[in-house]
Amino acid sequence: MAALEILTVPDERLRRESVPVTDFDEELLAFIDDLEETRLAGPAAVGIAAPQVGRFQRILILDLSGKKGVSNHGHLVLINPEISHWEGFEIGREGCLSVPDFTGNVIRATRIRLVARATRGESLELEMEGFEARALQHEIDHLDGLLFIDRVVSRRTDLFRRKVYREPRKGAS
Amino acid sequence: MVAWNMLTLVGGDRPGIVASVTRAIYVAGCSLGEASMIRLGGSFTIMMMVSGDCPSAELEQALTPVAKDLGLRLHIDPVEGGLHRHLVPNVQVRVAGADRAGIVAEVTGALAQTGFNILELESDVAGTADRPVYIMNIQGYSDETVEALQASVAGLADRGIEVDVSPVETLIG
Repeated sequence: MAALEILTVPDERLRRESVPVTDFDEELLAFIDDLEETRLAGPAAVGIAAPQVGRFQRILILDLSGKKGVSNHGHLVLINPEISHWEGFEIGREGCLSVPDFTGNVIRATRIRLVARATRGESLELEMEGFEARALQHEIDHLDGLLFIDRVVSRRTDLFRRKVYREPRKGAS
Repeated sequence: MVAWNMLTLVGGDRPGIVASVTRAIYVAGCSLGEASMIRLGGSFTIMMMVSGDCPSAELEQALTPVAKDLGLRLHIDPVEGGLHRHLVPNVQVRVAGADRAGIVAEVTGALAQTGFNILELESDVAGTADRPVYIMNIQGYSDETVEALQASVAGLADRGIEVDVSPVETLIG
């Protein structure tokens, strides 16, 4: 195992869209070990995505188990994750291993459902809420070449937040 | 040589202020640091760090014609400090109440007693001219628990000021 180098802005590779994993083999498992070691080596990250270390495949790790009072599924490795449903939204503060020395407010869905594969290719279906749902959306953005700085909003947006939100359209993505 | 100059510019809002001001600074060979620019009640306000390797007399000379053209008042202060000194807020305080004198002083006075450090404060008057509502959003840092902070502002509810204290958990992913 070895901690890998984390790509940081303005590295254009962070803008690449990652491709789905097709081979669930030993090499993939070894990479996931390295990715986890990289996450743990940095500053208290609750998640990391493969493209952050220059591997452009749809792989991410989440672990909210260290956050007190936060609903979560523990340590998760999610491969080819896809959000199938989301609802609600709220503003929360985010930072990123790939964007040193900056935090900003981002709007994310508060409840999501997703499908994904586990490390051996097993199908997973999960429901997430709150901080864990936020973390998942942050990491999936990396797989699509997006960073939280693409989504930063002013706190004034929150100051004047509307009381009534429209439900997202059915099947919207 | 000072590390930075803090530049303050205030005047009636119109399109093009930021472009003209920053162009003049750029042409003078000075560089910018962190900045806050916002329209307040029809005025446009700029507070901006400009690197200290650009002498303040030179900066003033470069900006005076632009400020005059645009009807801006200009002020330059040498300051200590520098970049990459962000403090990440861990508490958010939201306040709403019928507008009256003293809301900000009472809320922030109660918070200051606990040692609360305000990192950012945005406030606005919403509602209508007849029934103005004061809305304020504070992001800050405190070593106290959220419960202790809530207790410090609890007395204000009797006087018609709603104060919501909530933790800010910054996601790193």
